[in-house]
Amino acid sequence: MTFVSTALRRAVAAGALAALMSGTALAQTTLRVVQHGNLTVLDPIWTTAYVTRNHGYLIYDTLFATDAKLEVKPQMVDTWKVSDDKLVWTFTLRDGLEWHDGKPVTAEDCIASLQRWGKRDAMGIKLMDFVKEFKAVDAKTFQMILKEPYGLVLDSLGKPSSNTPFMMPKRIAETDAFQQFKEYVGSGPFIYQANESKPGEKHVYLKNPKYKPRAEPPSGLAGGKVVKVDRVELVEMPDTQVQVNALLAGEIDIIEAPPHDLLPVLTADKNVALEDWNPLGHVFIIRFNHVVKPFDNPKIRLAALYAINQEDYLKATIGNPKYYKVCGAAFICGTPFGTEKGSEILVKSNFEKSKALLKEAGYDGTPIVLMQSTTLPVLTNTAPVTKSLLERGGFKVDMQSMDWQTLVTRRTKKDPPSAGGWNVFHTYSVSADAVNPISNAYFVAAGDKSWFGWPTDPEMEKLRDMFSRETEPAKQKALAEKVQLRALETGQFGWIGQWYGPGARRANVTGWLQAPIPVFWNIEKKGG
Amino acid sequence: MFAFIARRLVATIPVLLFVAVFVFMLLRLTPGDPAAVIAGDNATSDQVDAIRAKLGLDEPLLTQFYIWFSRMLSGDFGESFFFKKTVAELITQRIEPTLMLSLCTIVLSVSIAIPLGVWAAARQGGWVDRIVMGFSVMGFSVPTFVIGYLLIYIFAIQFSWLPVQGYRRLSEGLDEFALRMILPSFTLATIFVALVSRITRASVIETLGEDYIRTARAKGLPARTVLLRHALRNAAVPIVTVIGIGIAALIGGAIITESVYNIPGIGRLTVDAVLARDFPVIQIVILVFSVAYVLINLVIDLAYSVLDPRIRY
Repeated sequence: MTFVSTALRRAVAAGALAALMSGTALAQTTLRVVQHGNLTVLDPIWTTAYVTRNHGYLIYDTLFATDAKLEVKPQMVDTWKVSDDKLVWTFTLRDGLEWHDGKPVTAEDCIASLQRWGKRDAMGIKLMDFVKEFKAVDAKTFQMILKEPYGLVLDSLGKPSSNTPFMMPKRIAETDAFQQFKEYVGSGPFIYQANESKPGEKHVYLKNPKYKPRAEPPSGLAGGKVVKVDRVELVEMPDTQVQVNALLAGEIDIIEAPPHDLLPVLTADKNVALEDWNPLGHVFIIRFNHVVKPFDNPKIRLAALYAINQEDYLKATIGNPKYYKVCGAAFICGTPFGTEKGSEILVKSNFEKSKALLKEAGYDGTPIVLMQSTTLPVLTNTAPVTKSLLERGGFKVDMQSMDWQTLVTRRTKKDPPSAGGWNVFHTYSVSADAVNPISNAYFVAAGDKSWFGWPTDPEMEKLRDMFSRETEPAKQKALAEKVQLRALETGQFGWIGQWYGPGARRANVTGWLQAPIPVFWNIEKKGG
Repeated sequence: MFAFIARRLVATIPVLLFVAVFVFMLLRLTPGDPAAVIAGDNATSDQVDAIRAKLGLDEPLLTQFYIWFSRMLSGDFGESFFFKKTVAELITQRIEPTLMLSLCTIVLSVSIAIPLGVWAAARQGGWVDRIVMGFSVMGFSVPTFVIGYLLIYIFAIQFSWLPVQGYRRLSEGLDEFALRMILPSFTLATIFVALVSRITRASVIETLGEDYIRTARAKGLPARTVLLRHALRNAAVPIVTVIGIGIAALIGGAIITESVYNIPGIGRLTVDAVLARDFPVIQIVILVFSVAYVLINLVIDLAYSVLDPRIRY
């Protein structure tokens, strides 16, 4: 009996030890994150989709990055200099940078990456207009030689949002810019696990053990990218109610963008905390179709802008004033080029002025077609507000409801509304994309090359061009203000309020950095 | 029998052809452009046009159909616009969760619904009958997603007994698989139990009025034997028909249930593909559903001859 008891005790002890050891060996911290949408395309240069950009920040690195003060700082670059005539830019990479396949990052790789990005991204295309050639000086150093000075070199290379100039191996970067590549090798803080990832279910990333973070503390997208979890899983979970339930039950750790109406459910649970990870937030836009009547007439566009006001939109869509801001700055309040000059027209409705302008312009009462998206919750209520305000300002409005995919298809049509076209619709942008006249696509006024609505205004293009060539910050700011005033003068489009969407995390998850993009380095998860 | 099966299989060809043409045309005529979705919100018209050209969506409709159909006949089901995987690969990845969910639901439903229906028939007009019929009406009336969210709230959030969402493959362990199948299976089974128990009850009540049942009782057979061996077996044909229709209806139910429980099955693949206008995926998934529908009906027809020897093909 004693023998049996002793043997049993030993067996239990051995089992417990084995379990402990195996537990230690297998213990790894997995951060489970739900993004605002499904990740389908994995080439961040090919698409501007934000989920793909976020995937890019996990596996790729950038030459420069924007810090929390929106200043551009070197990231993969160790040192850089510019010649006195501002034509030759020389960049030297940090020591020890390595691709996930173990090969060193070279100057040739970076040149090829910039060239591919320069064929797709608006800021990249603009930069390449000024680039005469790239030269690889040695394995770690390359030069960008310009035809004439350009004021936005660093802003372009440190562009935070889509399309971000991510660096990738030359063999991948040489893929046709209009084809998606199928190999996902970067030099960033995480390594993509294609074999474990299942589109529609989850995407898996492991900590890159060879990644060398910068020595500086993390700040925005810049500084040391120190990874404190072993594994990140981007879980695909389209239903927001399921996301909230899963976070409350501890099955996931982070929701990037829970809907505003479910925030009270989350704040009521002490195991969940909200995180204002994107202090710049987003901005709502009202976009007119300049190529069909009646918004081909600037007076009628101005009449519409006089009729609207930001507060009504923000109340109807976001509701809680804690999460929105009335702001007249096209380039976002609190940023270097943010100014509210001339924007009173967007802040307070003036229906009498709107009616007077319509009369002056000879508006014949033809109903304008307003497209309403019913599938993006944050946009759904914008169109009914527009309908109400424009009608009070003397317009007749035909609001047509449709899903977002139908809207994005229809907005490409330049036909009149009677032939399937449109007059006005709403969208929104991440504020980080809107902080200067070059990255903010809504300011392009080059006809067919403009964003949907196709405004044509040579004066606006001249101002944008002057801005891009200017290298003095004070003069840049003055030009940005002129750009804003010009857009308001011609009624090019309207920026109708800033809003913020906090993320939600489990209480045991800490270190979520404030940046325009959700990033997962620096995050710690206690308790595995 | 084999001639019958062959005839039925041959008859499916025009049905599938019709479905293929119908779905192809419907998708092309529905507003929505996959190129615009792929390009992202900041893309310009030129970028959208370039992607459209790459995907071949700028070709005339007939050319697009010819290319798709001839590829399909040669076994090439195409590639998803978004996932950059072949449609066959995507379906293979997603079929297991849906099959497992359907299987668990059918087993659960049949094992609950038939005894309930028989019990209600045996106690016709009594409180058991009223409760079963009450449940049946409720099961029909309450939408699947409401039942799903209710079960999640009670069993996953309030009591923390079961996971809120997700799926684990059988190969990852029976316990993990079973834990994540309980709530979705019960959710999807509710309407199925309501349907089958109601039909079972009606069918058994009708059979219980037959002369041979009276004869069986008169010769002294126990009530249980009369009910299960004589009444239920003879009531089986309508019950099997309804189960078959129910299995086909599961396809629709699975789409909702997979969304509520975040199960990466064919149902969610369909929803994602429709929202993104991923034409190659939608076309093949609907064809797969059609083939499943046809095959289920064939199996039901064959089951008739097993249950009722008078039926011969």
